[in-house]
Amino acid sequence: MTRAQEMFSVKNRQTITWILFLLPAVAMYLVFMAGPLFDSLRLSLYQGEGYNPTTFVGLQNYRDLFTNPLWREKFFNAFANTCIFFAIHMLVQNTLGLLFANLLSSEFRGRNFFRTVIFAPATLSVLVTGFLWTLILNPNWGAVNKTLIAMGLREFALPWLGRENLALPVISLTSVWQWVGMPTVMFLAGLMGISDELLEAARIDGASEWNIFWKIKFPLLKPVIGVVSILTFVDNFNAFDVIYAMAGAKGEPAYSTDLLATLFYRTGIAGEHPVGIPNMGMGAAIATMTFAILMTGVLFWLYISRKQATE
Amino acid sequence: MRLKKPQLLFTYIVLSVWSVIVLFPIWTLVVNSFKPQKQIFKDPFGLPDTFTLDGYRAAWNNGRFDLYFVNTLIVTAIALGLILFIGSMAAYALAKWKSPVSNFLYIFFIAGLMIPIRLGTLDLVRLIKALNLQDTYWSLIPVYVAMGMPIATFVLTAFIKELPGEMFEAAKIDGASEWQIYSRIVLPLMRPALATVAIFNMIKIWNDFWFPLVFIRAEESRTVALGVSLLFGQYRTDWTRALAVLSLAALPMLILYMLLAREFIKGLTAGAVKG
Repeated sequence: MTRAQEMFSVKNRQTITWILFLLPAVAMYLVFMAGPLFDSLRLSLYQGEGYNPTTFVGLQNYRDLFTNPLWREKFFNAFANTCIFFAIHMLVQNTLGLLFANLLSSEFRGRNFFRTVIFAPATLSVLVTGFLWTLILNPNWGAVNKTLIAMGLREFALPWLGRENLALPVISLTSVWQWVGMPTVMFLAGLMGISDELLEAARIDGASEWNIFWKIKFPLLKPVIGVVSILTFVDNFNAFDVIYAMAGAKGEPAYSTDLLATLFYRTGIAGEHPVGIPNMGMGAAIATMTFAILMTGVLFWLYISRKQATE
Repeated sequence: MRLKKPQLLFTYIVLSVWSVIVLFPIWTLVVNSFKPQKQIFKDPFGLPDTFTLDGYRAAWNNGRFDLYFVNTLIVTAIALGLILFIGSMAAYALAKWKSPVSNFLYIFFIAGLMIPIRLGTLDLVRLIKALNLQDTYWSLIPVYVAMGMPIATFVLTAFIKELPGEMFEAAKIDGASEWQIYSRIVLPLMRPALATVAIFNMIKIWNDFWFPLVFIRAEESRTVALGVSLLFGQYRTDWTRALAVLSLAALPMLILYMLLAREFIKGLTAGAVKG
């Protein structure tokens, strides 16, 4: 063997080693994640009963989804509800997270205790959280309503999960209760990265804490705010468990809490009354639309964060 | 930074109020699961007058919670083991193999952080049926392993890239193979990063409800989350039992969290803090 050939074979063997290292992970990821995701796109072009839709129909499922009043109403209702669900998380969860993080970033006794408590619900199963709050908000027992009545606020003791205009915000706030620890910890990590000297200098110049927050901390936190927002977006447009636990798979009352994921579940997996047979093609079309919405959001975020990074 | 008095007061008030909002429901959950129904309604917040384990007994005996725990434990343990093993192997290659292939695969894995696997559920249902795994808890394991790959490769590749390069050179000169470097040097050093990945996936897998709901009906294959949803429906009017079931599902993770809070927080935010 010439020297060149020998070098080539060593390099080849090295490449084969690396491929062997990667093979199990790539195979699992390809077969059980990437493959099914892309095949779902293909499935949305078919119609048929049960688990093997075999009739190719082109874009008919999408046409139905957007033009058939029955589907259109369901889809846009679920889409609007998911947007409200997301907006409440952005507004309440991430604002509270920013507030808590800002408070936790200074030194005081009990700081670790508070951080541990704020984060604790994130380790619960979403299902347990949902069921627990259903009991607490129950009008008959209603720890919440009992407390309100004891405080003399009887008129505020409402059937929280029974009213169409109330159920979605209440369920969203339950979810905020569970997840607020995540943005808190992320913002806290971001705040810890801001140099103390910078903040001290501002304080010596007589800046108020309010001004320091908005003029120094907030602009420096922008990348973290971006990450938190995109994670909230992806999680919220994928939320299912909390609705299933608190409002059932149909998003009671009267579909007022129906999200894209519950609609997807009823259409593609459980099968909906009165037919009771899953419509996989349409389910796949709904999944594909959700995928498209997520991709649009993620690409928009990438574009914005690139632009900010180069400025 | 040290706080001035009024700021300190504000900090304590805000954080205490939120702590009450967090702890109060958890307290109500646990304390009422030991009370008979009547007392739950009469006095929902106090300690139990008459202490009862009826709810737990029912969950354990009628509900086969023992079985659900064992099933969930098996699924979580096997899936975690596989995620850590094949994930760390891939991460080692992604960090050390300089080639367009590895760059592409890295991006391919990371993209999975932003795309929920649930959107591929319909096809997974068909795949699980084709593999004849439906209605068994084995169906969950490959899906969870695939689901764990993005975070595992993301965290572990970043970790290996930060290890000093001379270490690898020295081992190579001594004639060590890549496998030896991986198993004898990289794996032991990687322990903290492996713990982060393990905790992140453990919470996700233990609490997952979606895939058991879609794949499993048979009682003998149910996981804790699926068992909770079915039992809760049954016990809707028997609050002692309903609360006992929820406590049983919540307590293992909560107790682990109290013991390892710092690691849990690091684990659950692993995907975000570094990005």
